[in-house]
Amino acid sequence: MLQVNDLHVSVEGNEILKGLTLTINAGEVHAIMGPNGAGKSTLSAVIAGKDGYEVTQGTITFEGKDVLEMEIEERAQAGLLLGFQYPVEIPGVKNIYLLKSALNAQRVARGEGEMPAPEFMKLVKEKLGYMKMDASFLQRAVNEGFSGGEKKRNEILQMLVLQPKLAMLDEIDSGLDIDAMKVVADGVNSLRAEDRAILLVTHYQRLLDYIVPDQVHVLVDGRIVKTGDAELAKQLEANGYEGIEESVA
Amino acid sequence: MSDTQTFLDTLKARSPHYQAEPTWIAARRQAGAARFEALGFPTRRDEEWKYTDVRSIAQGNFALADNAEFSQASAAALTLPIDAYRLTFVDGVFSSALSDVDSLPSSVQVLPLSKALAENHEAVGGPLGRLTGVGFSPFAALNTAFMEEGAVVRIAPGTVVEKPILLQFLSRAGQPVMCHPRVLVEAGSRSEATLIEHYTGESEATNFTNVVGELMLDRGAILAHYKLQEAPLGDMHVASIHVEQGRDTRYTSYNLSLGGALVRNDLISDLNGQGAETNFLGLFFGQGRQHVDNHTKVNHNAPLTFSNENYKGILDDRAHGVFNGKVYVKRDSQKIEGFQSNQNLLLSDRAHIDAKPELEIYADDVKCSHGTTTGQLDEEAVYALRTRGIDEATARGLLTLAFAGEVLDKVSLDAIAERVELAVAGKLPERFNLAGLVEAAAALND
Repeated sequence: MLQVNDLHVSVEGNEILKGLTLTINAGEVHAIMGPNGAGKSTLSAVIAGKDGYEVTQGTITFEGKDVLEMEIEERAQAGLLLGFQYPVEIPGVKNIYLLKSALNAQRVARGEGEMPAPEFMKLVKEKLGYMKMDASFLQRAVNEGFSGGEKKRNEILQMLVLQPKLAMLDEIDSGLDIDAMKVVADGVNSLRAEDRAILLVTHYQRLLDYIVPDQVHVLVDGRIVKTGDAELAKQLEANGYEGIEESVA
Repeated sequence: MSDTQTFLDTLKARSPHYQAEPTWIAARRQAGAARFEALGFPTRRDEEWKYTDVRSIAQGNFALADNAEFSQASAAALTLPIDAYRLTFVDGVFSSALSDVDSLPSSVQVLPLSKALAENHEAVGGPLGRLTGVGFSPFAALNTAFMEEGAVVRIAPGTVVEKPILLQFLSRAGQPVMCHPRVLVEAGSRSEATLIEHYTGESEATNFTNVVGELMLDRGAILAHYKLQEAPLGDMHVASIHVEQGRDTRYTSYNLSLGGALVRNDLISDLNGQGAETNFLGLFFGQGRQHVDNHTKVNHNAPLTFSNENYKGILDDRAHGVFNGKVYVKRDSQKIEGFQSNQNLLLSDRAHIDAKPELEIYADDVKCSHGTTTGQLDEEAVYALRTRGIDEATARGLLTLAFAGEVLDKVSLDAIAERVELAVAGKLPERFNLAGLVEAAAALND
């Protein structure tokens, strides 16, 4: 589904990713872990298309298409969706409007018609229930005045409504208490499907107790230095990243 | 020949039209002409006109229209889809064919000025010019000199006017013409009404409209006043609106300025009685090389009066905006509240705003605040919306509209809100169907 090949990325002349290679297949859940500054967030930002990141070498393909040639919105319409570590507040734009226009943009891009309003509301209602969110959220401006936990739940709500093929979640666990984390993890787990993949970017192993990945990659200094199964995350928890860095060196 | 002289010559050529008029009108007309001749057009050396260059008006040669011909189909395409009592003026000339006030209740009069004068000119002579005298500005003087047509609205005490009163001003393409409408509104005590002034026209028009509005609210009257200015982009538009508010009155101005090459609005409220409240909501949008100048003034002339002002400017391309808002508190007008906010959004590096909020307070027990900010679209928010599959133009449109939201959300007439949305944000998917969605959501909760 997603292939990242020998990716080199610079920000303001500093090379952050230094030859990253990663393959994610449909049905899989991958976790990328690593110390601060290793380039974890850079990877998801580049895949989503954020400005300010210069790809100096390497390729990213999604279902055979060159991601780097696609506009930001085209990536989302194709099914690549990023859940933000720090969701931005958008005063004046209601959640309901964002959800509806985003879903319909995706459907129109796929050549499907817009979803009829009653069907749309039924879908949103169901997903709200899943995220233990009140219907009043729909009337509020996107993330405005939301607590940290509410913002993260709102990111997952968008994922549940938009049903991406590849959901990338950047530090979705940061700032969550344990109850909120369970709700978020339940939401993410409900996304697991044969035809969908999930990429978790996280600093802590804690999240992976709730969302058990198929593969764990350790990212250090811009490269994946080790790949394993969920057990690898537990080793990291016990020994820290220093052990990995040493074993690689 | 001076710029002023061109206009005076046009007035002289028009004088046969005015021979049969009552002496008081002739006297005012002469006073207007004399004042205009003495003042000349304002220049940027005048403090009130520091940021607005009116040479494109002064150096123009505008004729006066002599008919109101306008095809029904073209008018229908321009008119607001609102069930309203309607008076239509074409280049300032009244069109009875495009007007409909037949179903007005007897307690409300909506008349073209010419008809009001013909029926009882003395009843017009009292209010006319009382608030906006010839000394207000060269444009007010010019309006008085050329005064021929306009609208007279009289609402009897206690009357609630169910439908809006729509004054529609259409501008035609062709040889440039000017018009100087006068709008007189007398809202009786405890009356309630909605007045809409709508300026629009054929896109190739290059005319000059110079309107003076005088609105008098008697004790307890409530008036919502929409001014939707969608003049053709080659038009010049100058408006001087003066509101007089008695005790316990409430006036709300929705000043929505979208069109025109050169636009100047002066809006003044005199809060003369305790409990009077005025709300100034403004939204001005400029693109290309449009110049949009809004001058507002609230005069707190009595204690226990309240004003609330919120003006939003959105400027693209090389548009130039001006906001000058003044809150004046007369000596010993205690316990007043006056709030003013002006926020501007610049969508291009070459767009420009001159913003000047002013407070002038001669009382000590008052609550007043003012503030102005100017910024650009939040690029992080544009990115966030695009990562959800929303294309860039729509994302920018949505955020622009969100900026306007504080003002636009208060516009309770959908037909007007939709026009403004389309102008400032482009065609956005189904914003106005959201209410239905929300009802559907509520039904699901049951």
